[in-house]
Amino acid sequence: MIAWLRQHRDAVALALRRLTGAPLNTLLSLLAIGVALALPAGGQMLFANAQSALRGLAATPQISLFMAVDAERKSALDVEARLRRMDGVANAKLVTREETLTRMKAGQGVGEVLDALPKNPFPDAFVITPRDERPEAMERLAAELRKLPRVEHVQLDSAWVQRLDALLRLGRTAVVLLALLLGVGLVAITFNSIRLQVLTSRAEIEVSRLLGATDAFIRRPFYWFGTLQGLLGGATAWLIVLGATAWLRGPIGELASLYRLDFALAPLAAGDAVMLLALSAALGWAGAALSLRGTLAGDSA
Amino acid sequence: MIRFDRVSKRYPPGIDALADISFEAATGELLAIGGHSGAGKSTLLKLIAAIERPTGGAVLVNGQNIGSLARGAIPWLRRNIGLVFQDQKLLFDRSIFDNVMLPLAIAGFPPKEAARRVRAALDKVGLLPREKAMPIALSGGEQQRLAIARAVVGRPGLLLADEPTAHLDADTARDVAAIFREFHQVGVTVIVATYDDRLFPDARKIRLDHGRIVATGAEAAA
Ligand SMILES: Nc1ncnc2c1ncn2[C@@H]1O[C@H](COP(=O)(O)OP(=O)(O)OP(=O)(O)O)[C@@H](O)[C@H]1O
Ligand SMILES: [Mg+2]
Repeated sequence: MIAWLRQHRDAVALALRRLTGAPLNTLLSLLAIGVALALPAGGQMLFANAQSALRGLAATPQISLFMAVDAERKSALDVEARLRRMDGVANAKLVTREETLTRMKAGQGVGEVLDALPKNPFPDAFVITPRDERPEAMERLAAELRKLPRVEHVQLDSAWVQRLDALLRLGRTAVVLLALLLGVGLVAITFNSIRLQVLTSRAEIEVSRLLGATDAFIRRPFYWFGTLQGLLGGATAWLIVLGATAWLRGPIGELASLYRLDFALAPLAAGDAVMLLALSAALGWAGAALSLRGTLAGDSA
Repeated sequence: MIRFDRVSKRYPPGIDALADISFEAATGELLAIGGHSGAGKSTLLKLIAAIERPTGGAVLVNGQNIGSLARGAIPWLRRNIGLVFQDQKLLFDRSIFDNVMLPLAIAGFPPKEAARRVRAALDKVGLLPREKAMPIALSGGEQQRLAIARAVVGRPGLLLADEPTAHLDADTARDVAAIFREFHQVGVTVIVATYDDRLFPDARKIRLDHGRIVATGAEAAA
């Protein structure tokens, strides 16, 4: 057990020596891996942010129903009674034209304009919470509501949110696809750098074999080389995403405040970051395994 | 114990490096293999360490047939053999200390014990004060002695040396030969391939000519 640990420690030390032995090569490989992985990692972060922002906007999807402006209160009360009997409606709240007028007058700027009007320009309205929040069900309910007498306009407040949500889900799938493609790229980069390492370590490999080294002894440092390079590449990607987040936070905050949204760009989630590092290390290991199968298997001496 | 039984070795294009060789070396023996350049001395040593495989006959090392040894068993065979190569095969990007450390690292020695042994081996060949230097900073004779230190650091029962005194002046060659005699005296089996077997007066001698044994013992010395 101790011997086994020691062998791995020695292999890690050798792998690190090889990594630092060619600093420019290592730096370029890390940048290549880092940029490749930063794309899906950054995409993942942006989509996660967009989805959580959307969820805040559309906590409960609602339907707004507006009566005709000239409809009398009696019609509104009639509609209210019908709404109560409809299966698809979980809750319906009447917002009278007087309430709306008072609320609007309290708002800045429009108070004087409203005072100047000869009569209340607002209709009675209902805020309806549907029982089924799925877009199709809400569309069906809206169609029913439009048929009620003296109803002027029915508006699905959250339909666009749901459509955008579906779009974002599609985007996330694209991110996964991108991650798969660039993961293959990472394997290729590792494959190549291990091949180079094996070539430049020819003498060392040959001598080690002549002195009684097993295949495992010879391969171990290369596996660690690939794994460490992948891990450091993943860390580079993380740094790139972190830097981009810091850089984007200001402009995005400004944009959000323009639209009076309570939204701040969240950094890559810890779980996602750990996943990124684990995945890049595993892909580095895989690249090393592939490369060693091709380059060291044939040696007999 | 080493036994060659009608061994031949033909390299791919059809060169017969060894033809129908038979001899034995007892445990603890000092054996000098002589012969002209290209006679097959290096090939003979390579067969013992399973660096090459015989194309005919059997090579037995401690009862094991080297020709039919599984690939996975070769490392364990080599860990019991100290090898001094004709071209030395030092690693020039590692310090002298690390060069000698390599066989012990391969064998998985605990670091403290390994470091102690490395220093003892370097001391034996007079290179201890240079342990931190790189091999490139050594003279030819010193590099030869470094190669010997690396070969003996694992305390092998069998020491194979290929032209360990080549390119050395007469005095240095005698010093190096003396190191091998010391190992022989403490019971290590030593087989030396050399142009000049007069450097090993107390060795049993085998002389090769174009891959065949032409003389042994007293006749070879003549
Ligand atoms: N790998 C090889 N492939 C083909 N031919 C080889 C190979 N190694 C050695 N030979 C040939 O086998 C013959 C014996 O070579 P070997 O190296 O055993 O000779 P040697 O006695 O050690 O010579 P020297 O004293 O010059 O080192 C030579 O003719 C050589 O050219
Ligand atoms: Mg030779």
